[in-house]
Amino acid sequence: MFGKLSLEAIPYHEPIIMVTAAVIGIVGAAVVGLITYYRKWGYLWSEWITSIDHKKLGIMYFLVALVMLIRGFADAIMMRSQQAIAAGGAEGYLPPEHYDQIFSAHGVIMIFFVAMPMVIGLMNLVVPLQIGARDVAFPFMNNLSFWLFAAGVILVNVSLVVGEFAKTGWLAYAPLSETAYSPGVGVDYWIWALQISGIGTTLTGINFFVTILKMRTKGMKLFRMPIFTWTALCTNVLIIASFPILTATIALLTLDRYLGMHFFTNDLGGNQMMYVNMIWAWGHPEVYILILPAFGVFSEVIATFSKKRLFGYNTMVWATVAITILSFMVWLHHFFTMGAGANVNAFFGIATMIIAIPTGVKIFNWLFTMYRGRVQFTSPVLWTLGFIITFTLGGMTGVMLAVPGANFVLHNSLFVIAHFHNVIIGGVVFGMMAGYAYWFPKAFGFKLDEKWGKRSFWCWLIGFYMAFMPLYVLSFYGAMRRMQSYENTSWQPLMIVAWVGAVIILLGILCTVIQLIVSIRDREKNADVTGDPWDARTLEWAVSSPPPYYNFAHLPEVNSIDHFWEMKKQEGFAAQAPTQYHDVHMPKNTAAGPIMGIISIVFGFALIWHIWWLAALSAAGMFVTFLMRIFNDDIDYHVPAAEVERIEREHHKRLEMQA
Amino acid sequence: MATDTLTNHSAHAPEHEHHDTGAIKVFGFWVYLMSDLIIFGSLFAAYAVLSPNTAGGPTPEEIFELPFVLVETFLLLFSSFTYGMAVLAMNDDRAEQVRNWLVITFLLGAGFVGMEIYEFHNLVVEGFGPDRSAFLSSFFTLVGTHGTHVTFGLIWILVMIFQVSTKGLTDVTRPRIMCLSLFWHFLDIVWICVFTIVYLMGVL
Repeated sequence: MFGKLSLEAIPYHEPIIMVTAAVIGIVGAAVVGLITYYRKWGYLWSEWITSIDHKKLGIMYFLVALVMLIRGFADAIMMRSQQAIAAGGAEGYLPPEHYDQIFSAHGVIMIFFVAMPMVIGLMNLVVPLQIGARDVAFPFMNNLSFWLFAAGVILVNVSLVVGEFAKTGWLAYAPLSETAYSPGVGVDYWIWALQISGIGTTLTGINFFVTILKMRTKGMKLFRMPIFTWTALCTNVLIIASFPILTATIALLTLDRYLGMHFFTNDLGGNQMMYVNMIWAWGHPEVYILILPAFGVFSEVIATFSKKRLFGYNTMVWATVAITILSFMVWLHHFFTMGAGANVNAFFGIATMIIAIPTGVKIFNWLFTMYRGRVQFTSPVLWTLGFIITFTLGGMTGVMLAVPGANFVLHNSLFVIAHFHNVIIGGVVFGMMAGYAYWFPKAFGFKLDEKWGKRSFWCWLIGFYMAFMPLYVLSFYGAMRRMQSYENTSWQPLMIVAWVGAVIILLGILCTVIQLIVSIRDREKNADVTGDPWDARTLEWAVSSPPPYYNFAHLPEVNSIDHFWEMKKQEGFAAQAPTQYHDVHMPKNTAAGPIMGIISIVFGFALIWHIWWLAALSAAGMFVTFLMRIFNDDIDYHVPAAEVERIEREHHKRLEMQA
Repeated sequence: MATDTLTNHSAHAPEHEHHDTGAIKVFGFWVYLMSDLIIFGSLFAAYAVLSPNTAGGPTPEEIFELPFVLVETFLLLFSSFTYGMAVLAMNDDRAEQVRNWLVITFLLGAGFVGMEIYEFHNLVVEGFGPDRSAFLSSFFTLVGTHGTHVTFGLIWILVMIFQVSTKGLTDVTRPRIMCLSLFWHFLDIVWICVFTIVYLMGVL
């Protein structure tokens, strides 16, 4: 009846997990209780859960990402604590099978459920506004993407309490992830969480690609788009081209595990190296999916706060495009030691090093943008400066790893860990934190507290260097990645330093939480009345904060890169209310997205535990929901001109009071 | 404040505010097809790598029957032709004809899927199922994925037959018929590759 599922699946004997589960349960119950007490379920359902508004979806993505950041960080600090203790025969407090789940979960959560939703969340919030559109090309699909992503998040979290998570590392290399070596449900949780959320990501990629190419406002040629939109476009190209490879690879592993096929098994002709090739053919573009939008954020931030046009707009665009193309030609550098031969390794080594060139172009463009500008040292700028230094360092260790000879020594060592945290924290996390501080007022109508934002930055910066520089050093003494314990006690002091670094990063995360609370408390004081708190350059700042749900009462018309900025500098630019308004055509909210998302959780759970009847039932449920959506023609409406006028008038009244 | 000045007040008749949603849908569907093509590309790559790995099981030339597959192929090719006729009828605003051509397309497509299921069934009965060797795993997966796509196409055709009958040719149904057309021809092209790379190259 319930497949492999029984009460024994709950790990009662693991106090760490049970306490965590209890805390999650209490917090969850408190949230549910508060929502019920304040009677907010109806509001949540109609204004958020079923919303097709790209701005609200963006906020929800980012919120989930911040919550999952805490979950992923809990894994990180547990690993650091374990390694600080478990030296010279000491076993530490985490047994190997638990430790292995933690490093797998940490990687999966941080990449798929923190970095990805932050990037996609910012894209949702900003891109339609920057190109002067009222919504994305496929609003329903946008909502569905979010709920498929949320389904993946929930499945990963369920694995904490019901059953186990993969013990294979974040990419579940075969044959370790095959049934012969991983008979439990851990890998199955990995499979279905990634498969369901990955389909959501692919749909997002298609949606935003079409949105950027087809929904731009009048006069916005490709080479007038803001750089963030450019990087979003390239990221979506990468999503469209690479996520299907992930889908296919996971599907093949699924067939091996569920139907006894032999794609990656040790026997009957399976080929394990094909798995590694396929997963990295997706995996390498994936890191550029994350970093390109971060580059876009830095470009917007540095131009805005230097009060200068971005230096080298065209080279910035072409550098982005070059990185997009090159990112598909370097995947083999993740496994130089496979033995593909000197010539193949040389090709991929050189291709990898070439990526440093367009990246260097970008670094110099940011530096020259600041040069002779009047740089305001706000927290987004601090994140950007921290990024420029940290990312350059991380990039150089990346070039070191790209030398196949050196790679044979460094492969699977802590050097690799230090390198990719160097670029992911220094690049993606700093970028997303900069974007969070930069666009927060646009989303909510008030600015974030600067004092706590800067504290968060300094904690992250110092914490990062303390946590990861020791790992570079340790790698030269032979320390490998994924060690549950180690014999050599001379490594322990540096491991303790790394632990202290992780604690300082924890303080940085706490500062971000406090910043949010303080900012909400002081929202009147930090209110953004004009919609343009930073005196910025791009179209999203041309509307009120938060923007009306239709974004633009009249779609703007642009004729240069920084059109909004130039309009502001022209004489006689004042708030003049338009004389007339028109009806605005908008899509309606839909319950089909969240319903399909919820059913997909059941579907994934049923497949993980081999509950076949439930899997069939939920698949049918998703299909019927989708059919009902197709047969529903009542999907859009017109906002009457009078309503638009009322909203716009209110904004103008606030503007006049401000003046 | 700025949208007002950014907008040309006198001439802001909303003509540039109107996006052609039908065209955007068709373009979006093209992009989806390209991403789907990458899934097929991955499966073709897996087949290319694994097809020599028969692990003591049957080789391609031992199990493929070209005449049978040729009939299958022609069923699908003809169904592409009849779908083309449906689109031509749609361009002439003849809903009745559209429906009839869709019905014929459905029957041809169903014939294709039926033959494929028959082929798979025979192989499994003979002990040459997908768990026999890496070659058979990749064969069943590649061909089966195509067959699954065709099956979804068949369901979609049924939906469109129903919608054309009840709603007629509207701004909603027309882009859908166009997208389904793209999907159907796309599957035809993929099948040509399957026929060439899997069956012809396997036997010759």
